[in-house]
Amino acid sequence: MKWLLDWLDHRTGYRQLIHEALYEHIPGGARWRYVWGSTLTFTFTVQIITGLFLWLAYNPSSQTAWESVYYIQYQMWGGWLLRGIHHYTAQAMNILLVLHLLQVVIDGAYKAPREINFWFGLGLLGLVMGLSLTGYLLPWDQKGYWATKVATNIMGVTPVIGPALQKIVVGGVDYGHHTLSRFFALHAGVLPAAVVALIAAHIYLFRKHGITARRPYRKPDARFWPDQVLMDCVACLAVLAAVLFFVVRRRLFDEAGPLGAELGPPADPSEPFPARPEWYFLFLFQFLKYQNVFSALPGSPEVWGAIVAPGVVTAILFLQPVIARRRWGHAFNVTFLWCVLAAVAALTILAIQQDRNDADYQAAVRKIERDAGRVRKLAQSPSGIPPTGAVTLLRNDPLTQGPALFAKNCAGCHRYGGHDALGRKPKDAPSAADLKGFATREWLTGFFDPKQIAEPHYYGATKFKEGKMVRFVQRDVAKYGDTEKLALTNAIIALSAEAGLKARREPDARDAAAIVEGRKAITDTLGCLDCHTFHNKDEDATAPDLTGYGSREWLMGIIADAAHARFYGKRNDRMPRFGVDGALTDREIGLLADWLRGEWYEADGVKAAGHKP
Amino acid sequence: MDSPNKVESPDPSSPERRCFLTKALAAGIGGVVTVIPAAAGLGVLLDPLRRANANGANLIRITTLEALPEDGTPVKFAVVADKTDAWTRHPQAPVGAVYLRRTGPKTIQALNVVCPHAGCFVDYSPDRGEFLCPCHNSSFKLDGTIDNPDSPSPRPLDSLEVAIRNDKEVWVKFQNFRAGVHEKIPEA
Repeated sequence: MKWLLDWLDHRTGYRQLIHEALYEHIPGGARWRYVWGSTLTFTFTVQIITGLFLWLAYNPSSQTAWESVYYIQYQMWGGWLLRGIHHYTAQAMNILLVLHLLQVVIDGAYKAPREINFWFGLGLLGLVMGLSLTGYLLPWDQKGYWATKVATNIMGVTPVIGPALQKIVVGGVDYGHHTLSRFFALHAGVLPAAVVALIAAHIYLFRKHGITARRPYRKPDARFWPDQVLMDCVACLAVLAAVLFFVVRRRLFDEAGPLGAELGPPADPSEPFPARPEWYFLFLFQFLKYQNVFSALPGSPEVWGAIVAPGVVTAILFLQPVIARRRWGHAFNVTFLWCVLAAVAALTILAIQQDRNDADYQAAVRKIERDAGRVRKLAQSPSGIPPTGAVTLLRNDPLTQGPALFAKNCAGCHRYGGHDALGRKPKDAPSAADLKGFATREWLTGFFDPKQIAEPHYYGATKFKEGKMVRFVQRDVAKYGDTEKLALTNAIIALSAEAGLKARREPDARDAAAIVEGRKAITDTLGCLDCHTFHNKDEDATAPDLTGYGSREWLMGIIADAAHARFYGKRNDRMPRFGVDGALTDREIGLLADWLRGEWYEADGVKAAGHKP
Repeated sequence: MDSPNKVESPDPSSPERRCFLTKALAAGIGGVVTVIPAAAGLGVLLDPLRRANANGANLIRITTLEALPEDGTPVKFAVVADKTDAWTRHPQAPVGAVYLRRTGPKTIQALNVVCPHAGCFVDYSPDRGEFLCPCHNSSFKLDGTIDNPDSPSPRPLDSLEVAIRNDKEVWVKFQNFRAGVHEKIPEA
């Protein structure tokens, strides 16, 4: 065996290499404060390993990026663990970078003859920040998309080259396929290669000049191997343990909690989300809120705030080795660094606090959490993700779009369970019915209640308050005897059955006999056909057609044109003709109708969707 | 203060046992922290092994009886079906092709166009009245059996289950089979 190793060593000189690597001399012994550089090399290696495996499954295009990340996270063996480690190790690297920088500056390891190594280190800091920025976009979810939009817009503000630079980085004017492929090329190719090159140079220079040992020496001199290596490994283990803790954190105390890194809903340029960078750039985001302090200066305050101010701080950092030549230089450098870190910490905390107290921001965060859960359910449904991508799943989902459409177009007059369907109270008083549970037996029973029909919940806020229907209910229905009450009950069952609501399919099937009786009541005994039509033709009808009442087709018809002869005709109160006037597309009207009827996808085993009164 | 980078053997005054423990721990912990991220990736790497054919083997409507010539000439038809590609569900995407030919007034034979040797697309030659694979010159008779004795194909062209529905629709249970082996094993 030894002859083989001798042969190998003679040809490659590997023993000398290993010796150089392992037996670095450390005056004063191994110390915990020296571990940060190694933890950074370790975390970078973890990112390369996990990144390579992720690369096997990730697909950078605006129609497949989110989808491939969703697949890794929820469909692949251990995908959540792999992605979780990659995500949280990136966060850890940002913290380790600061610790390493702090130790290097405090211990004076940046001073001559180590200036160039220090600059290489600052270069590595920039490259890792670039890796964070490019990586954040790759899942193409709402958070990543809007955060990167802001970042690239800031880039575009750079004087002279800004707009061109932005176009090159974004791959055009719009954010799409090419943005992803360019960012991915940067993230997986260009930047890691640059980091590897700089790390090699960084370690070479560090070894050339030797470690800047911290005085006073506490222990006898030691070698890198095994003493410092052991400390480095323990530190790496602690970092990995922290990363793994964050990966499983939300599942630890909650059986139903999610595993791994979160994945927001797919990027949707038409669905705004208040853009925020990842937490380690929040300080810059917060700083830019104060950019108007620069308004006294010539030029755009944003250039001063986003480019010049950070540029000045970076320049001072680069100049630290030169500044250190002065007697007070080192003290200045250490103080400056602490001040910068304190400011960064303060700005970060301020940003987090302001967001926490911002009701609109919190509502937006809750919405994307809801949407993320919903799109995941839809993606797992039998119809899966269409070729147009997962963003269409949410855009065509009545449960997601219905409330927003209602709040925007209907809640000016109508209500939904007392509010605007998004939980907010509109400022004007209601001037049309509350549509929660529309066409259910419960809703109709309230309608035919003499005490309720003239309330704002039904016709009370409309001109029909003085109309024939209200009079009929308040005068005639109020005096109903038992037989007539039974007939009315059956009529309500029959009318509700016209809607064919998903949640009422079982009761409607059970009460088939009542429906037959009810139809007879409508056409014969109760006198409805004096004004309405119901499975018959009557040109003199003065009230809406009840055929297919509450069905998808009927609802779409009345939303599209309430003033049509089939519905309110010339008696239409104030309801806009959404379809006729083009205010809503067919697709949107369909989404509203489906939502009002409880027709949206639910997985098997979940109770059929429906509006409970 | 600079320390010269001395190249020497380890400090001989350290007790051997402590040195060994330190080395063992360093190597052990170093190994653990490297293996964990790699192991996390292994699942994703090997994930395809546990995936069965997501598209299954269902009867797919191909054409009608009228489209097939009465003299039993084979005709090629594209097979279009709902297809699952990882995360995407394609409605009605091309998934393959078959040769259909009449073997009787209401009976059809369906052959997968893929050559069982290495997977090339087999052509039909009307002049020679048989199938020809352009890759390694196998020829197959109209019923799919191998014609030329030196054909490298391990088995005849793969026949597929056919069902006639409503007296005129031709439905085929479309499947692909493993190339290069004697047995007709469905790809799963």
